[in-house]
Amino acid sequence: MAAMTPVSREPLLSVRGLSRHFGGLKAVDGVDFDVPAGQVRAIIGPNGAGKTTFVGMICGRIPPSAGTIRFDGADITDMPAHRRVLAGIAYTFQITSVFANLSVRDNVALAVQRRHVGGKGGRLSPRAFAAEIGAALARVGLADRAGETAGNLAYGHQRLLEVAMGLALSPRLLILDEPTQGLSDAEIDGFIGLVREIAGETTVLLIEHNMPVVMALAERITVMDQGRVIAEGTPAEVRGNRTVQAAYLGAPVDA
Amino acid sequence: MSPAAPHGRVIALHLAVVALLFAGEFVLPAYHHGVMARIMVLAVFAMGYNLLFGYTGLLSLGHAMFFAAGMYGAGLTAYHLGWSVAAAFPAGIVAGAAVSAGIALLALRTTGVAFMIVTMMFAQVGYLLTLYFGNWTRGEEGLTLAPAARLLGPFDFTDPATRYFAALALFAVVLFLTLAVVRAPFGRVLVAIRENEERTRMLGYDTFANKLAATVLSGTICASAGAAYALLFGYFGSTFATVAYSILPLLWVLVGGAATTLGPFLGTLAMYYLIDISNDVLNRHFPDWDMSYLGTVGVALVLLVLFFPKGLLGTLRQRWVVWLP
Repeated sequence: MAAMTPVSREPLLSVRGLSRHFGGLKAVDGVDFDVPAGQVRAIIGPNGAGKTTFVGMICGRIPPSAGTIRFDGADITDMPAHRRVLAGIAYTFQITSVFANLSVRDNVALAVQRRHVGGKGGRLSPRAFAAEIGAALARVGLADRAGETAGNLAYGHQRLLEVAMGLALSPRLLILDEPTQGLSDAEIDGFIGLVREIAGETTVLLIEHNMPVVMALAERITVMDQGRVIAEGTPAEVRGNRTVQAAYLGAPVDA
Repeated sequence: MSPAAPHGRVIALHLAVVALLFAGEFVLPAYHHGVMARIMVLAVFAMGYNLLFGYTGLLSLGHAMFFAAGMYGAGLTAYHLGWSVAAAFPAGIVAGAAVSAGIALLALRTTGVAFMIVTMMFAQVGYLLTLYFGNWTRGEEGLTLAPAARLLGPFDFTDPATRYFAALALFAVVLFLTLAVVRAPFGRVLVAIRENEERTRMLGYDTFANKLAATVLSGTICASAGAAYALLFGYFGSTFATVAYSILPLLWVLVGGAATTLGPFLGTLAMYYLIDISNDVLNRHFPDWDMSYLGTVGVALVLLVLFFPKGLLGTLRQRWVVWLP
């Protein structure tokens, strides 16, 4: 794969000197990071590299110790998490975190209504509201399960519901935190197809351990280790990088 | 709650309950007629509590202060300032809204057990205040409103029938208000907060603001019950600010079914009569045992936990009538 041509205008997401210290532990340590609009970016790194802490700061779950975050040209470093969602940053949880006791429909309804009640989308008729819920579920293939209780869905379907909730927010940046963890091979293939489809309309930030998934989806890969970015480039560049191999891959990957 | 729930059936059920209570005016014997008026007002208290505990998942042990805020807001203005019912009732509601907003801003900084303790402590402060200002409140002894203070235009609340209909009117308004709230997008957010607050926040909801709104709404409804109690039954005293009146709505809601719209009424009804009847039976058949009704209540609660862990209507909904709101 050829190297990406640099995008001239300001990146959608721009992070400078971002750090998070837990006591003496530097979970994230002075990270600079840019994602242009429309890109599918993967963040990889060994366990404890600081990936989840890093995206936690981007979506506002964790306050940074230092550094700035700019999104779409505005400084969002001090913006509370719920307002970042309205600004267009959606986060799907690493550990499946759907509302287990609510119906599949109500799970997605919560995401859809966020854009319409007090959001930017204006009020919706009940019919249009139901149609939006149906559309979000149809995209991930769960349309026929709308009435089921979310907690009764198979694990793979709960992951898809998570993605449907993220999509229903119409985000400009969709953060997927280890989305394929615990999925079967067939489900992973389906998931790759889904993310490719999503990539056409939004920017995707993917934290993933499964290297074939990363190689199949990412246009660029950022490699983290011990809270720092140790490499960034196209999948081919990252695969050939000796530092990365030493820190994470162990041996060259033949994906 | 889900959009697929049969709307017409739900409305019909709630209308039927109100109609049944309306018919009660004409068929109930005098004693039960009086009891039912009291139960309807207390059920409003329980419905307000249910909004915060059942739907939002916040367990408060201090709701007596909201009930008492409404009661004293209405009672004191009527007694000392000579305000009419038309002014004293809103005064009680405003007092409840103000107290619940102030308390919520402080107490909602905590969660879980700490929230229970903090609300209980504030309620205890409220109770002690009613004693401290005994010059105006007469403390435990309380105050009795003169019949002239219980007039609303042509309606005289010393008349049992008028009182019954006034209680029913308040009950019906609050019942349909809670039904509308829990079926609205706001109600769905409250349930989402109960189920998983962090996930709700990451869907873009300001969970603090939503919990604040829920607490104020809950407290204000409870205050309306307190204000109505003082004006309809003409008595108010510190007893209603004690911790027992914080526990009772929790008990009523648990018995009837948390997060069901009709559960609070059913729970209030069941507990009121259970205590009433068991007292009678114990006194009649075992006069020298000197047993407390609390024993019967205890046995009832054990049976409830065994067979109806989600309350009467909660378990009914889980097993048979899934469309129940």
